[in-house]
Amino acid sequence: MVFINICIIWLFSSPLDYAKPTLSEFGFFKEPLKLQKPTNGVFPYSVASQLFSNYAEKRRFIKIPDGKKLTTNMDGSFTYPTGSVLIKTFYYPDKFNEPEIGQQIIETRLLIKTQNDWVALPYVWNETQTDAVLEIAGDRLPVHWIDKNDNLIEIEYSVPNMNQCKGCHVHYNEFKPLGPKLKNLNFSYNYINGSANQIEKWVELGLLEANPLFSELPQSINYEDPHSGPVDARARAWLDVNCANCHQLGGPAETSGLFLEFEQLNPKALGIMKPPIAAGRGTGNHKYTIVPGNPEKSIMVYRINSTDPGIMMPELGRKLIHEEGLALIRQWIKEMNP
Amino acid sequence: MRYILIVTFVSILFSSYEKEIQTLLILAEAGDTIHLGEGNFSIKGSLSMEGKENIVISGNGMNKSILSFKGQIEGAEGLLISNSKNITLVDFTIQDTKGDAIKTKDVKGITFRRVKAEWTDGPNPENGAYGLYPVLCENVLIEYSIAIGASDAGIYVGQSKNIIVRNSEAFHNVAGIEIENSINVDVYDNYAHHNTGGILIFDLPDLVQKEGEFIRVYNNRSEFNNLDNFAPEGNIVGNVPAGTGIMILAAKNVEIFENQIIENKTVGTAIVSYFITEEPVTDSLYNPYTSSISIHDNVYKRSKQFPDLGHKIGQLLFAKFWRDVPEIVFDGMPDPQFIDDKGNILDGYNLCIQNNVGAEFVNLEIDKHFEHWYSPFITKFSQDISPFNCQLPPISTNILTAQ
Repeated sequence: MVFINICIIWLFSSPLDYAKPTLSEFGFFKEPLKLQKPTNGVFPYSVASQLFSNYAEKRRFIKIPDGKKLTTNMDGSFTYPTGSVLIKTFYYPDKFNEPEIGQQIIETRLLIKTQNDWVALPYVWNETQTDAVLEIAGDRLPVHWIDKNDNLIEIEYSVPNMNQCKGCHVHYNEFKPLGPKLKNLNFSYNYINGSANQIEKWVELGLLEANPLFSELPQSINYEDPHSGPVDARARAWLDVNCANCHQLGGPAETSGLFLEFEQLNPKALGIMKPPIAAGRGTGNHKYTIVPGNPEKSIMVYRINSTDPGIMMPELGRKLIHEEGLALIRQWIKEMNP
Repeated sequence: MRYILIVTFVSILFSSYEKEIQTLLILAEAGDTIHLGEGNFSIKGSLSMEGKENIVISGNGMNKSILSFKGQIEGAEGLLISNSKNITLVDFTIQDTKGDAIKTKDVKGITFRRVKAEWTDGPNPENGAYGLYPVLCENVLIEYSIAIGASDAGIYVGQSKNIIVRNSEAFHNVAGIEIENSINVDVYDNYAHHNTGGILIFDLPDLVQKEGEFIRVYNNRSEFNNLDNFAPEGNIVGNVPAGTGIMILAAKNVEIFENQIIENKTVGTAIVSYFITEEPVTDSLYNPYTSSISIHDNVYKRSKQFPDLGHKIGQLLFAKFWRDVPEIVFDGMPDPQFIDDKGNILDGYNLCIQNNVGAEFVNLEIDKHFEHWYSPFITKFSQDISPFNCQLPPISTNILTAQ
């Protein structure tokens, strides 16, 4: 059952000054839109360690205003010129084992850099996949696919609303992009004309100003790749990308005192033998976030192994359990010395 | 100034009401009032507002504008407000959320007036944790509001500054009203009843805002708080015995006066250190002791009855006093930094107990007799109140919000 609701809203000034009603109007992609072929000045990229999004596949693009460049900050993040856009499209192959037979594009999220801030805009694709429309209040829609084990998966996919975008992106009340950082981009990407390191390529394309930092570039661990590091490092990389956007000082979950960024050294802040603060029934009747050697008594495992909105972590944007991430965290805790 | 045409496709997963309210919350401009309308509205996901100033969210009355989250499929709370200034919530009810009912984080100036948070199936560990939940906020006013059925605290103010909680009611929660790691707090004219614990003043370690102090609790009724503790294990309030009127845990500069503390079966007023939790303290910036606590001019009443025998405090008290347990219980763990060479507590840092009606006193003297908080099981307590017969200067909470 679908019907149409139309409302007219009178605006003086608003984030929507930067919005267009449909994705096609931005001109980021050639027609047909669903092939996601970028137009001139729009460049694809990828990040090393990815936030779990219900097994959705993602395509990322960046557009920097003509003649402008990103500059690098000391912490490896970038400063963006006004008018920069980060574009991320979420889609599911109909069959994960045969991606070429078809796909369903669900949403495209835009982050647009304004004079003082970032604006997050969610666009939801139509059924015929010809275009996507702005849904500032987000959306929920049924989505299904055949996963890599040939199982049919059906979920009620949630497109975040503009506020929920901020739920992850806000740090000390300032909106920040999350993925594009030196360490996350420092690997080889398959461009149309051959593969190249993304940082080098961005400099070559004139998107990014060269920086002495580039001589000794750090590299994120890809938690999905068992060869990229020991369990401890991969588990910490998983926590960093899936949890630490909120769970760090200045983040939305700072009230918990649980800080999960990769650089965190304090065992209590990481949750080891730390009683919860406001977990409610999220404790699962366990006393500590992490009990070394005992994943099944650890609140962390209980919460990432749930899909109940009152229990699960992350608390937004998840309908499925990330089995591979869960297994990694279990192994990490199991191997911890009590 | 311009118009924007918004066309939204609405499905059964996302009601037009929910989408409309969420859209208004996103587009609100300073000075706006968002009207929730009259009715019982089913909401499936969290509503949220972020980065706004001077907004009123208004219903037509607690019993007329009801947002029901029964069957909620996403979001950890009913209504979330963050990073905002001067927000007023008035005249509505949030029901049956999967997590917290209303959470406000990083809001400077937040008023809850005639707002109800409730879980309609009665006390249940499956209920959400907090009803009205401002955290890391400044200038908080909660008045004429009601919280029912929270599996942690009905009204919970955490890590905040300048707070008034008044004329409100909390029942069937684990904790009726809980003030945690907060500074400059007035809790008065409230009615906390039939919870596990009526009013809790807690200071916990490992948090962003470290210390709570300058807290007054006065002219409240804390009655019949004998509900079995139904908090999921692991939560700090799980340590509260059923039958607690008022509990002060590790807080400083607290004045409890002119309250009616009636028929709470285990302890009318408890003054305890963090060690009651039997957890080690690893936060070097955290002080686990109570100090400068004044309990005066309260009225206590308690019929002979069993204390909570499922809790170690209840067991300890029962072993010594049977069904006639004292109303005021101090764990006897003063802050060592305020004790002089002779073992006396320095002036101004003491626990002072004066002019209470119907209040027997016991000092558990945990520091003298027990290695740890509860062991060994020896009931050698002191009922000598004379060291605590003193007065502290009245606390001036210096709250700027008084509205």
